[in-house]
Amino acid sequence: MTRIKTSRRSFLKGSVAVGGAALTASTTANSSEPDPLITEMQEWAQFTGDGVDATPYGLPIDFESDVVRRNVEWLTADTISSVNFTPIHALDGTITPQGCAFERHHSGAIELRKEDYRLMINGLVEKPLIFTYEDLERFPRENHVYFCECAANTGMEWAGAQLNGAQFTHGMIHNMEYTGIPLRTLLNEAGIKPEGSWVFVEGADASSNGRSIPLEKALDDVFVAFKANGEALRKEHGYPVRLVVPGWEGNMWVKWLRRVEVTDQPIESREETSKYTDTLADGTSRKWTWVMDAKSVITSPSPQAPIKHKSGPLVVSGLAWSGHGAITRVDVTLDGGKNWYQARLAKPGETKALTRFYLDIDWNGKEMFLQSRAHDDTGYVQPTKKQLRKVRGLNSIYHNNCIQTWWVKKGGEVENVEVS
Amino acid sequence: MSKSRNLFFLSSLSLVFIFALAYNFADRNITKLPSEPRTVNAEYDFDLRIIAAANAANAPRQTGGPLGLGRKALDEEITAWDLDIAPDGTGLPVGSGSVSYGEEIFSEQCGACHGDFAEGVDRWPELAGGEGTLADDDPLKTVGSYWPYLSTAWDYIHRSMPFGYAQSLSDDDVYAMLAYILYSNDIIDDEDFVLSNENFLDVEMPNAEGFIIDDRDMTEYPVFSQDPCMEDCKVNVEVTMRARVLDVTPEDDGS
Repeated sequence: MTRIKTSRRSFLKGSVAVGGAALTASTTANSSEPDPLITEMQEWAQFTGDGVDATPYGLPIDFESDVVRRNVEWLTADTISSVNFTPIHALDGTITPQGCAFERHHSGAIELRKEDYRLMINGLVEKPLIFTYEDLERFPRENHVYFCECAANTGMEWAGAQLNGAQFTHGMIHNMEYTGIPLRTLLNEAGIKPEGSWVFVEGADASSNGRSIPLEKALDDVFVAFKANGEALRKEHGYPVRLVVPGWEGNMWVKWLRRVEVTDQPIESREETSKYTDTLADGTSRKWTWVMDAKSVITSPSPQAPIKHKSGPLVVSGLAWSGHGAITRVDVTLDGGKNWYQARLAKPGETKALTRFYLDIDWNGKEMFLQSRAHDDTGYVQPTKKQLRKVRGLNSIYHNNCIQTWWVKKGGEVENVEVS
Repeated sequence: MSKSRNLFFLSSLSLVFIFALAYNFADRNITKLPSEPRTVNAEYDFDLRIIAAANAANAPRQTGGPLGLGRKALDEEITAWDLDIAPDGTGLPVGSGSVSYGEEIFSEQCGACHGDFAEGVDRWPELAGGEGTLADDDPLKTVGSYWPYLSTAWDYIHRSMPFGYAQSLSDDDVYAMLAYILYSNDIIDDEDFVLSNENFLDVEMPNAEGFIIDDRDMTEYPVFSQDPCMEDCKVNVEVTMRARVLDVTPEDDGS
């Protein structure tokens, strides 16, 4: 019985999918022909669907199988030390589902059981300590939503428009609700000696990815997280415990956190000297450029999310964020910066978290040059690429928070461009 | 239910009666009354006092400060994990290694990715060369041309290399490899050079002075915090560069 039903259903599914695609465009136009999706009996309206437990841990429905992380193969030598990109062009709201949140590994994503997890606090402390995962769960817990952006996000766009898709230009970002404990709680448990002024944090993976953080930040809002979006961290995001460094570059968000050492100087590790430093036009380089400045991008329409309908109502939507605080305003232009409109924020901006914005327009069906411009609560306004290049040149790689331009063409196709 | 009724009932008793009861029960039972009762109601009935004691033990914690969780880290454990080396040499172990031995093990352990002469293979990092290119259009950043501290290279090789077999090198191997990398970068000319913890801080890294601390608050934030133009901000908008022309975006049928 079940088998027959299944095969009939898959047969029907195939035929409906083809018909459905052809009909999509006509749903808002006047139609003289009745819509067979309405006038003909559909299998989903007649037969039963899956029972509970068909997928004890659910995955997105097959129709959404293109909403996945993607990498850019030519960027790195090997996927073990590489990055992929969040499909921000296909998401809405602000919370990034863990399953499609970008990954960045330096020696691959390791598997570390909670039972095998140890966290060491040492260095300039009264009492060096070892915590198990269970110990961490006994400290007072907090919940916070923060964005995590790789310092190299948009880095490929310094020299010019390169990658044709918001996923690739801006997808090294995710935004999750973390559950965990402030790092200060653990540091206070060990007792910081007066001469301590930095912490050095490292992971349990082969890269260890050590980074130095000023003690002031460590005692402020740095967070030791063991849950994201309500569930355990994913392996690729540092299961069972990662560091969350709100507003600061993603490289500092050490995954598989295993050690926090209080020191009286920065260690100047590989990740904070040879990498994640910003070379200026004259060849000198900025270091300790930790904060991610205010930035925004229109996620739809965008090259991977072209306009599929004719002229008329169109939702322009995007994301804005700032490592300094909350987004207070986002401006959108439809003509490459001649005139700007204030977009509608879906919710008031929250500190160091993604903010969703919308601009609802009546599209005339002609070409547009879409840009968005974020403002944060320090008064900072997202700069143009030209403004940034004037200060930094073309070789900074990191911290490119420029205004992005999407060229929407007459048919609704979208391309990543730079404009005068 | 009955307990809350008791509570209600007790709360209406006169103080005298309460104290009489208190004396009575305190005398009869071993458990001492707390010197500063948290609630009046619950102290003077035997059942309620048991409940009160249990509640006191389970009450939300009022005080901050350490919770006494975790255990003391042992010296052996700290030694095993605390490997970082600071620019001033803090953490550097006693040891040494020569350029010639470094060349030998570099070729064995590192050459497949970094090339026998540290010149890099495919897209794996070059470790040598590039001096004087940092202001060029396409700077070549290597240990020689870019890295400001030798400690960084020692720390990284020792902790994270070789790629795929981290922390398999002895301290002397690391000194030797680093001696060879310095030689490949012409930072050391002498092929008989031996790098050790003794002469480590004498090595001068060419780009040691090439870094400034983040100055965006001076150079950028004031400039980028102006009220922006909203109307008639430009006359012409022309496309100056297109991603399609460059065509480096991964092909994907799902996009």
